[in-house]
Amino acid sequence: MYDFNYHRPKSLADAAKLLGGSEEAKLVAGGMTLIPTLKQRLARPSDLVDLGGIGELKGIRREGNALVIGAMTPHAEVASSPEVKKAIPALAALAEGIGDPQVRNQGTIGGSIANADPAADYPAAVVGLGATVITNKRKIAADDFFKGLFETALQAGEIVTAVSFPIPEKAAYAKFPNPASRYAIVGVLVAKTGGGARVAVTGAGPSVFRLKAAEEALAKSWSAAALGGLKVPQTGLNSDIHASAEYRAHLVGVMAKRAVQAAG
Amino acid sequence: MPDTGIGARVLRKEDARFLTGRGNYTDDINRPNQTYAYILRSPHAHAKIKKLGIAKAAKAPGVVAVFTGADLASDKVNGLPCGWLVHNKDGTPMVEPSHPALVTDRVRHVGDQVAVVIAESRAQARDAAELIEVGYEELPAVVSIADALKPGAPLVWDQAAANTCYDWELGDKAANDAAFAKAAKVAKVDLVNNRLIPNAIEPRAAIGEYDATSGHYTLYTTSQNPHVIRLLMGAFVLGIPEHKLRVVAPDVGGGFGSKIYHYAEEAIVTWAARKVGRPIKWTAERSESFMSDCHGRDHVTHAELALDGNGKFLALKVLTKANLGAYLSTFAPCIPTYLYATLLAGNYATPTIYCSVRAVFTNTVPVDAYRGAGRPEATYVVERLVDEAARISGIDRAEIRRRNYIPRDKFPYQTPVALQYDIGDYHTTLDKVLKAGDYAGFEKRREEAKKRGRLRGLGIASYIEACGIAPSAVVGSLGARAGLYESAAVRVHPTGSVTVYTGSHSHGQGHETTFAQLVCSTLGVSLDNVDIVHGDTDKIPFGMGTYGSRSLAVGGSAMFNAMQKVIAKGKKIAAHLLEAAEADIEFANGEFRVAGTDKKKALAEVSLAAYVPHNYPAGLEPGLEEQAFYDPLNFTYPAGTYLSEVEIDPDTGALSVESFTAADDFGRIINPMIVEGQVHGGIAQGIGQALLEGCVYDGQGQLLTGSYLDYCMPRADNLPSFKVDTNVTACTHNPLGVKGCGEAGAIGAPACIMSAILDALRPLGVASLDMPATAEKIWRAVERAKTPKAA
Repeated sequence: MYDFNYHRPKSLADAAKLLGGSEEAKLVAGGMTLIPTLKQRLARPSDLVDLGGIGELKGIRREGNALVIGAMTPHAEVASSPEVKKAIPALAALAEGIGDPQVRNQGTIGGSIANADPAADYPAAVVGLGATVITNKRKIAADDFFKGLFETALQAGEIVTAVSFPIPEKAAYAKFPNPASRYAIVGVLVAKTGGGARVAVTGAGPSVFRLKAAEEALAKSWSAAALGGLKVPQTGLNSDIHASAEYRAHLVGVMAKRAVQAAG
Repeated sequence: MPDTGIGARVLRKEDARFLTGRGNYTDDINRPNQTYAYILRSPHAHAKIKKLGIAKAAKAPGVVAVFTGADLASDKVNGLPCGWLVHNKDGTPMVEPSHPALVTDRVRHVGDQVAVVIAESRAQARDAAELIEVGYEELPAVVSIADALKPGAPLVWDQAAANTCYDWELGDKAANDAAFAKAAKVAKVDLVNNRLIPNAIEPRAAIGEYDATSGHYTLYTTSQNPHVIRLLMGAFVLGIPEHKLRVVAPDVGGGFGSKIYHYAEEAIVTWAARKVGRPIKWTAERSESFMSDCHGRDHVTHAELALDGNGKFLALKVLTKANLGAYLSTFAPCIPTYLYATLLAGNYATPTIYCSVRAVFTNTVPVDAYRGAGRPEATYVVERLVDEAARISGIDRAEIRRRNYIPRDKFPYQTPVALQYDIGDYHTTLDKVLKAGDYAGFEKRREEAKKRGRLRGLGIASYIEACGIAPSAVVGSLGARAGLYESAAVRVHPTGSVTVYTGSHSHGQGHETTFAQLVCSTLGVSLDNVDIVHGDTDKIPFGMGTYGSRSLAVGGSAMFNAMQKVIAKGKKIAAHLLEAAEADIEFANGEFRVAGTDKKKALAEVSLAAYVPHNYPAGLEPGLEEQAFYDPLNFTYPAGTYLSEVEIDPDTGALSVESFTAADDFGRIINPMIVEGQVHGGIAQGIGQALLEGCVYDGQGQLLTGSYLDYCMPRADNLPSFKVDTNVTACTHNPLGVKGCGEAGAIGAPACIMSAILDALRPLGVASLDMPATAEKIWRAVERAKTPKAA
């Protein structure tokens, strides 16, 4: 790890100021990706701005027909929250399946989506549930947030403060984990909403994506059978030592069906 | 004292410190004025070093010194020695290249040691290492066995034509061919034994220290065998007389073989400690462990088993290619030869066996012994063939094993591959496991699984291993450059408590408990009154250390013999005190007694007399301390049979291990709880090899599985609750009747799990699958089987 200046601001405004203070400053939320990256000397920030001291970024609350989760809320809290379990059980279950207990107690939703790891679980929830990402500057629709491999719509100096999830009629997440890292080789979140169906896939491509063909089929008939003819093209999907693009394409179909079955 | 002696489930004495974080590992040790070493490693698999500039690094903050291979060479530091010489078929010796602690002109694998920086802190050493300027000229690399043997392949070593270290054989090829000619059927398999990375929980570490006033060196290191390191490093690498070199292997967090070998970092910190005049600590980061701890396995094999019309085995032929990596590690050459081919008889009375092994160099981390070391590879070949033999001859898999096992009354049994098994009872073990695992009820479970859309398979595998390594004269004749006896010193203190100094080394096996139980039973002292000391060459007698499931069979036997000497001397003292003839003294339960009387002296009374010899036999030395070296007469032959059941989700290829049942014969058992723990751990590792673990390099020799994100270790949720049972036939040639249990699980489990997977998939027409049987591999096999064959 190279040396850096460490800051732990108490307010969002101070955090933004510190972040803007240096071009090489970086935010740290749970640090589940950043700290190992620093330890391996793969990044060299001048300043680390720790968001852990900012109370306003934590917590889960119901706002009308939405569940608003503070950016610094750890996965374990989402997984065990009665509010989340009641409103969107699929989200609690997804959080329960992230990493291991240490990761779930330290990692945060804001950190996860800002990092935009292609195999992370939360992006599937954000896109699949049609959430809104709230930052210190604006609100960003899920479909506009994830831009590619480790790329988001976040601009310099922008800090995720919360994610607002509209409560679906039903939803479920089915994940085929990488046996080593326990990240998603493929994870599919399906949601039935007033507006139709949403299907988001993580792990399979360079970034989370919606599976429109599946959404259309499910809009007509919400059933696993409706996905029977679903053929997922392997073009553009990830291929690595853990899974070929062909296998991932196949798993997307299987996980989508299983998610629909689980959603009921 | 039956509650703490042989056979008792005594809780481990060492766990109080291990479970409360109070172990004392190498990295916990800090010496006054200590510095820190960082090793600059090669990022390339194969390259010439055209330039090596250390000037900037040497001037960096906190840097004490920077050394390169040239510095070692100018001090006449030798390369790391190889401890075993294997000969080619034509009688010529293997190719034995140099193995420098720091390279000088060429790197041969990613992770190869290029330079060392010594600084006031770890971070400063690492910062400075980034300032070292290395001009690499990349060379093409060979990574896999197939690449290494391609005509015109780049050479890892110029002197090793076709990248071949040796081309070796065992057995009578002509007799073997003749037997195959008479076969009614021949079972054939082609298989890969996947390369594994050991992953002990404690990364390697070493501290070198030099005392200029006495000329005395000390090395603290994560070793399974401190005396072996002292000998190899002192005598062969650094030229330090052994009385001036102390090697301490304190608490060690797992080894699995990977901490047997003498590694470059040990020599570097010891040598450099004198150069800089300060102690030097080096601790591996986990990513360094992946690219510098010796790997295991990595075989490609074609094998055939000839059968008669009744499914009896006539002959076995095994053609193996083994990857040794870029350098010869300490015991590397013997693993795919004398610890592999000699085990190919398995549990069976196969009359003729021929094995040929071609070992190759590649631009990868050196490969050496890893839990089981050759024996899991042999078992996997034999058991895959036996399953295939059952299939082609239409005989039940348990039945074909029963039919070919060496019968109980044929021991001692001379195999056609050099070993003589002293004792065994494979039929009873089989019966036990079939019953415990409900073999008979399996088809019902398969049907029930089918209704749930799951493919269920049953696996069966028998194994034999040669443990208690080893009779020195025998291994010497096979090329070992060391003896493989063990030592023990038993010190009875004046008040009757006992300290035992053993040449064995515990790195997780629970020796401090098992050995203490042995002392309890033999000398009749309580467990609290026994301490076991190991791991420090200044304390213990010269010992060969722990590997090959040898500690109890060889080290325990040495201890037992030393205790017999204590008892013999104690009898002389007791006879004098009791005014009886020595021949009339009996020793039992900690008491010397005149036979047939109530006249007796407790061990503590006798020991007190030995140290306060006021009333003492004339001519007898005071004191009660004895030492023994034990050189075994034969290997021991633990054997067993395992059953497992797996279920496969055909839509994804995902697999779950539903049950695992083991029946092992380890001979006499000292602590059943510790034995069960060893079996559990071994099975977990074996399941890891079968399903999850596999070292992957890309075509350029970059290690793709260089962290736990990509290298998959087995975890609790990958494993069922194991059922383990034992069947005891006591070893006939050591005084304890013990055989060893450390490796069994890792030897039998891979074959057993693969047997279960192929049993699940065979109804679909899948005939073969390689380890690790990942979900994608299984899914592909299922998909391929579904696709109609092209006409």
